Amino acid sequence: MAETTLNGVPDEQTRPEGLSGVVADWSSDQRAFKSASWGKAMMWIFLLSDTFIFGCFLLAYMTARMSTTVEWPNASEVFALHIGGADVPLILIAIMTFVLISSSGTMAIAVNYAYRRNRNMTVILLVLTALLGATFVGMQAFEWTKLISEGVRPWGNPWGAAQFGSSFFMITGFHGTHVTFGVIFLLIVARKVWRGDYDHGRRGFFTSRPGDYEHVEIMGLYWHFVDLVWVFIFAFFYLW
Amino acid sequence: MVDATPHAEQGVPPAEVPELELYHPKSWWTTYVFSQDAKVIAIQYSGTAIAIGLVALVLSWLMRLQLGFPGTFDFITPEAYYQFMTMHGMIMVIYLLTALFLGGFGNYLIPLMVGARDMVFPYVNMLSYWIYLLAVLVLVVSFFAPGGPTGAGWTLYPPQAILSGTPGGQSAGIILMLVSLILFIIGFTMGGLNYVVTVIQGRTRGMTLMRMPLTVWGIFTATVMALLAFPALFVACVMMLFDRLLGTSFFMPALVEMGQQLSYGGGSPILFQHLFWFFGHPEVYIVALPAFGIVSDLISTHARKNIFGYRMMVWAIVIIGALSFIVWAHHMYVSGMHPWFGFFFATTTLIIAVPTAIKVYNWVLTLWRGDIHLTVPMLFALAFIVTFVNGGLTGLFLGNVVVDVPLSDTMFVVAHFHMVMGVAPILVVFGALYHWYPKITGRMLNEGMGQFHFWVTFIGAYAIFFPMHYVGLVGVPRRYPELGDAAFVTDSVHTLNAFITVAALIVGFAQMVFLFNLLWSLRYGREAGGNPWRATSLEWQTPTTPPPHGNWGDERPVVYRWAYDYSVPGAQQDFIAQNDPGPQRAGVRPA
Repeated sequence: MAETTLNGVPDEQTRPEGLSGVVADWSSDQRAFKSASWGKAMMWIFLLSDTFIFGCFLLAYMTARMSTTVEWPNASEVFALHIGGADVPLILIAIMTFVLISSSGTMAIAVNYAYRRNRNMTVILLVLTALLGATFVGMQAFEWTKLISEGVRPWGNPWGAAQFGSSFFMITGFHGTHVTFGVIFLLIVARKVWRGDYDHGRRGFFTSRPGDYEHVEIMGLYWHFVDLVWVFIFAFFYLW
Repeated sequence: MVDATPHAEQGVPPAEVPELELYHPKSWWTTYVFSQDAKVIAIQYSGTAIAIGLVALVLSWLMRLQLGFPGTFDFITPEAYYQFMTMHGMIMVIYLLTALFLGGFGNYLIPLMVGARDMVFPYVNMLSYWIYLLAVLVLVVSFFAPGGPTGAGWTLYPPQAILSGTPGGQSAGIILMLVSLILFIIGFTMGGLNYVVTVIQGRTRGMTLMRMPLTVWGIFTATVMALLAFPALFVACVMMLFDRLLGTSFFMPALVEMGQQLSYGGGSPILFQHLFWFFGHPEVYIVALPAFGIVSDLISTHARKNIFGYRMMVWAIVIIGALSFIVWAHHMYVSGMHPWFGFFFATTTLIIAVPTAIKVYNWVLTLWRGDIHLTVPMLFALAFIVTFVNGGLTGLFLGNVVVDVPLSDTMFVVAHFHMVMGVAPILVVFGALYHWYPKITGRMLNEGMGQFHFWVTFIGAYAIFFPMHYVGLVGVPRRYPELGDAAFVTDSVHTLNAFITVAALIVGFAQMVFLFNLLWSLRYGREAGGNPWRATSLEWQTPTTPPPHGNWGDERPVVYRWAYDYSVPGAQQDFIAQNDPGPQRAGVRPA
């Protein structure tokens, strides 16, 4: 489907293709990103900034892990669950990752239905995405509880370097906070779609700006970003 | 050659985006306090920044009194001295300069200069200010907390920052400092996203990126840098907060304090330094780039000449911005890095001198054969060039590892960075305030008081910081509240220290004159009219002055040319405004 612009104004179709198109856009007046609304551009730039935050967190964790003099706990043992008489390594994380990635799928479908103006399906899928996100946070809470009961603390743990617990709680906590905020905003957007706010151009409570179905897509950008970040945390924290 | 036929709509594409209705304030509170108008937010930002900056100014006097006349003032204990020093540095760099250039000038000038009605998301923009104010209040609270504010130095290096030997280390001081910084970053991000998106997506018809005044380029690039650099400080603050509150050991190695083994162990203090300076070095340019941009516009306007090498000026800003992300470890030559790192970072540091020199040459070449008006803003702009070159030259010394190692942590470094990122940007702040005050208030600042303020500040700044280089070369270390009787500290050092202190107090007094001028001229200043400097850029072409909410009345301006059409041969006036459709000039490409 065609890309939308702010408040549904169609984009000019006469722009040159490829690199010369990029040059033409950046040397033009008014807007450098011809198909992006203000809100979408702002979300992209925010995500770029947020990438640097997670990047710094992960780099700091890697530095701590490489420079510590005490042995780092073995991730496959620490994150194993005792199921049916056997320790299954990383099983909980595998399920959590599956749940979160699935939520990206439902989010993408929700965006599609939003642009088709199918309000019922959009609401169902947004709520489903929120539920999957909440499930993820719930499982994370379970994982934290389990580790805490085994004696992992921000300042130490039974198996090795104290930085293991510090980094784990800090990074997964920061990511979990992102997911939690995402769930809250998914529900807010779902409510707006359900009430038909975006059809009537109802004004936002604080901003007094009329809403638009594009909000669903902007919400989706954030949600996919949070999922993508999880992939890196998963790779660097659990698989390394 | 002048083509006398005006081409009203020539080459200007139609509007791509319909105008959004602005929020209409309904009461006094939403008009002046919880305002969503970028101009009101700009004034709020500036007022708060200047107010907290005054605190930092007083702190610098107290430090200078101690250094100039050691032992005279009983209340300035070594602990208090460290607290003054820390808060002075932190406030000046972050809460004054960053907030004033980006939150103050950015908010006021970006929408006006690119022909927008407001920032793209005024509500978020308003939140930005209120969170900034909260950050400032938390900072102020730390002065009254038990144990006082932190005395860890503005770099807050661990492990000392959170140990009991440092003022505020084991009391609330350091916690409030870190919380305040985290709040500042959150608030700034809200504003910064607005400034960037307004420049990229919110320009008026005809306003291409390469027609923007350099002021906008400087603020825009600095904001992009801030959005990428502040995350490192945010992460460092969060981690140190955990070290202090939860007992984690991100930055804390195993330590023995007062014969007691602390529970910390295994952390890396160097990691903090990397995170801090990955923010800290771009921060220097976050403060400098808006100054570069503003000074370019001041020089061009007051020398009635187009800026020399506009495209090079833009690219120099962008390249400096990019390079500043790969030089941070030149602050860490003595931290215990691998020597090859020193080699790499010294090289990148010296490369920055190239685009910087391009800018300086272009400023000088803009002045060359210009019709120079020695107005107060122009005086400050000229003073900036001199001061910046001065500070930049000592930067070449300190960028080289072998020269830096003996000079590290001496007063030479203090003199260097005060020249280059203290005095130089502040001179631009003053110049910019004298320049844009007529637009903000409709009245001119008093010229006589302005001249007095300029000469005392400029000469005084040199009286303060020039001798300080010498004091540093002799080997006097920075951050020492007292020098004692060390043999290398000659009598001349003590004499100079007393001289510097007197000069600092006089310069401080001149700032009071400036503040008085700001208030006095509000009422008694000469009426300015819409465009007192006969300048070309859009903010001077508003239908009314000061510009109302929405800036432009019924129609947004249409831009036909760059911002530097001064003294165009054959033109009726010696300037052609950006929204003036004619006459078109043949053969000249105003971008």
